[in-house]
Amino acid sequence: MANKKYNVKNYLRERFFPHIWCPGCGHGIVLGSLLRAVEELELDPTNTVMTSGIGCSARISGYVNFHSLHTIHGRALAFATGVKLAKPKLNLIVPMGDGDALAIGGNHFIHAARRNIDITAIVMNNKIYGMTGGQFSPLTGYGQKATTAPYSTIDNEFDVVKLSKAAGASFVARSTTFHATESIDFIKRAISHKGFSVVEIFSQCPTHYGRKNKKGDAANMMENYKNSTVPIGSKKLEKDPSLIERGVFVDNDQAPEYCDEYEKIIQVASKGRA
Amino acid sequence: MGKLKLKEHLINRDWCKGCGICVHFCPKQVLELDDKEKVIAVRKEDCIRCKLCELRCPDLAIEIITQKEDEDE
Ligand SMILES: Cc1ncc(C[n+]2csc(CCOP(=O)(O)OP(=O)(O)O)c2C)c(N)n1
Ligand code: SF4
Ligand code: SF4
Ligand code: SF4
Repeated sequence: MANKKYNVKNYLRERFFPHIWCPGCGHGIVLGSLLRAVEELELDPTNTVMTSGIGCSARISGYVNFHSLHTIHGRALAFATGVKLAKPKLNLIVPMGDGDALAIGGNHFIHAARRNIDITAIVMNNKIYGMTGGQFSPLTGYGQKATTAPYSTIDNEFDVVKLSKAAGASFVARSTTFHATESIDFIKRAISHKGFSVVEIFSQCPTHYGRKNKKGDAANMMENYKNSTVPIGSKKLEKDPSLIERGVFVDNDQAPEYCDEYEKIIQVASKGRA
Repeated sequence: MGKLKLKEHLINRDWCKGCGICVHFCPKQVLELDDKEKVIAVRKEDCIRCKLCELRCPDLAIEIITQKEDEDE
């Protein structure tokens, strides 16, 4: 390994460790997968920018040794859009909680997807607002318990994959913290993809979602990810349609990318022809 | 090129939070939590270097260090 240009620890701000996440929190596994993806791609940290909003998930930007912007709740994609348009050569990575991405930030999310701007969004889906004490989110789903739904929720959840696809994201994938090797692969492909990429990763919150819904400890919650998901198109779906599919759902490299289109407008405008 | 063998389980006791994920999923039951709720490799000789513990540790607290079989300590 010594002859490699980068290793995982080079990308880490070790001075802030141990991190603030609870024992067994899936967000740390997502961090590990992300760092390994970036290492395998040999991304230059000086050309890589992470913007994040607010939430336990959003704290990830403090731990990575890239340029980082820890911004405001739900707005990480708006900041990322600004950075990317100003300097299109930079790699933009935006990790988000389910609340951050699809409650307060839902509008930014669909419009970033619609524009197909070259940003990689990682939705760390723990089905709950972890940081503020376990309120339900738009990804909690019907019939679950939360501090704001002690008798269980009556709201249906978004399907992140279908939503991203419909809104125009040109790369869409789903994995879980149990499937760490798969997550690394999807994150690598998402970062390499030119256009708006979404990787949803199921990430356990044992402290709030797990405890409220009697899902056991962190390892049990990951066992559940193993047992309740299957690769896209698996035969098991015929017998049990409630299984959730994992894999790459969209990978379209033909869709025009926003910064490229904007550059064309700049070229035309600078010649003074309307 | 010699084959790879295990050198050590490098465990960062300051970072490990004793969540038990690595213990639970180790296919060879190599790992246990000690009385301080930190992970230790109790059956090193059974380790197959699959690195699943390393990949799934939320605290980046365990690393599987390998070396070539013909290399000395
Ligand atoms: C404008 C604004 N509204 C509300 C909050 C309170 N708040 C902080 S984090 C959060 C939700 C976090 O949930 P999620 O994004 O799913 O991330 P997690 O903590 O579960 O990783 C909320 C509502 C805030 N910080 N700013
Ligand atoms: S509250 Fe939940 S999401 Fe937040 S650090 Fe703890 S386990 Fe993770
Ligand atoms: S997974 Fe990591 S933090 Fe959890 S017990 Fe193992 S080494 Fe410790
Ligand atoms: S490398 Fe594999 S076999 Fe060895 S301790 Fe880790 S999980 Fe167990």
